[in-house]
Amino acid sequence: MREFLAALRKEALLQWRTRAQLAAIFMFGASALLLFSFAIGPDSAALRQHSAGFLWLGLLLASTLTLAESFQNEMDERALEALLLLPVRPTALFYAKAVSNWAELTLLGVGLVPIMVVLYDAGTDRVGGLVGVILLGSAGLSAPGTLYAAMTSQARARQTLLPLLLFPLVVPVLLASVRASSLLITGDPMGQVRSWVVLLACFNAIHWSVCGLLFGRVVED
Amino acid sequence: MPSPSSPTESPGAPAPAVEAAGVCRRYGRRWALVDVDLAVPRGSSLLVAGRNGSGKSTLFRVLSTLLRPDRGTTRLLGRDPARDLQAARRRVALLSHYSNHYEALTALENLAVAARFLERPSDRASLLPALAEVGLADRADDPVVTFSAGMRKRLTLARTLLQRAEVVFLDEPYGQLDPPGFRLIDRVIGALRARGATVLIATHLLERGAALCEQGLVLEGGRVAWSGSAAQLPHLRGLEAGSLTEGGA
Repeated sequence: MREFLAALRKEALLQWRTRAQLAAIFMFGASALLLFSFAIGPDSAALRQHSAGFLWLGLLLASTLTLAESFQNEMDERALEALLLLPVRPTALFYAKAVSNWAELTLLGVGLVPIMVVLYDAGTDRVGGLVGVILLGSAGLSAPGTLYAAMTSQARARQTLLPLLLFPLVVPVLLASVRASSLLITGDPMGQVRSWVVLLACFNAIHWSVCGLLFGRVVED
Repeated sequence: MPSPSSPTESPGAPAPAVEAAGVCRRYGRRWALVDVDLAVPRGSSLLVAGRNGSGKSTLFRVLSTLLRPDRGTTRLLGRDPARDLQAARRRVALLSHYSNHYEALTALENLAVAARFLERPSDRASLLPALAEVGLADRADDPVVTFSAGMRKRLTLARTLLQRAEVVFLDEPYGQLDPPGFRLIDRVIGALRARGATVLIATHLLERGAALCEQGLVLEGGRVAWSGSAAQLPHLRGLEAGSLTEGGA
């Protein structure tokens, strides 16, 4: 736990020092939402119906930037190498990095909601539920995303490789997050949100466990 | 004194600080280390020489547990590091080519990150002396991205010393430093030796290194081409210009 807290403190400090990048990535996500709205046109019912899908696509695209960036700090001067030579378990480093990415993606997702509401006329009175789905969906992106970001961090084409590896894996997350968010926005007369949330929780439990175990093999020689 | 290339030990004597037996390591198809054997007694020092690409850095990375050998075995302070990697890493430190710092963080914050993992005090008052020791006290609050290569090297040295390791690997410690920096490294190596640490140094400054080390070893093409007293190393024919195997072996 001590190692995890030390690693988490390091991540928080790094995120604070590089917060300008988060602002740029947020602008990227907001721009994606704006462009998606042009694809639908002025049909307000269609806009509202597709709003959750576009929110999650915007967040997914932005996540590839934040995830790749989170390992850039480790690779620039091979800082990760020095950490590995300290008495610290790679799992502690993974969970700190994944939690940090989770927080960043949640912040991005929550920040994109008002833009979605304005652009797609997609307001909801179940804001707490929507934030909960964003929390779960972001967790589903951040654990495998952190692992794949570590795997691709030394590759020349890492910006291409990361989405190629990550997107197929997180299809269940995207599907469940979009369906749950959409039901919260457009109404849930059949009470289906719960089943999508359970799917997200199961996916997260599996990936947060497996990715934590695999991380050591990825970063160690 | 046992030769660094003979990993045998006499009965009853403490195990060497660093041992390698038949160590091979490759990158892709190219072998960077081939059948390297060495034994460095505890508290002693070894100067590793060799031209660029001869395998010095790879040897240090393998011995310090950062890389696994493809063949052969290594031992640190008598133990197989693979059995308990975390325990082994509590006892070694490596000053590598890379600065290994977070550029967005200040010098003090970078040291604090390492101190927390090492369970050492990470407050300003505790870490400033470490920065002062390497001449960076007045730049403690500046981000590393603003540092010159020599200053980064000094900061890496401060972090390496923070570990208070029993076995210290210094890979090109004089690289990028100015003359006062050279003297700083000499003092640091002297202090490490005085407190009983085992020190392995890879450098091209043979006379300087030989004055600080007892044993010497020359790598060529990833193989041990010569081993013996470090004092002999600067006088080996072929090390500076021609083939080591023709002149020095």
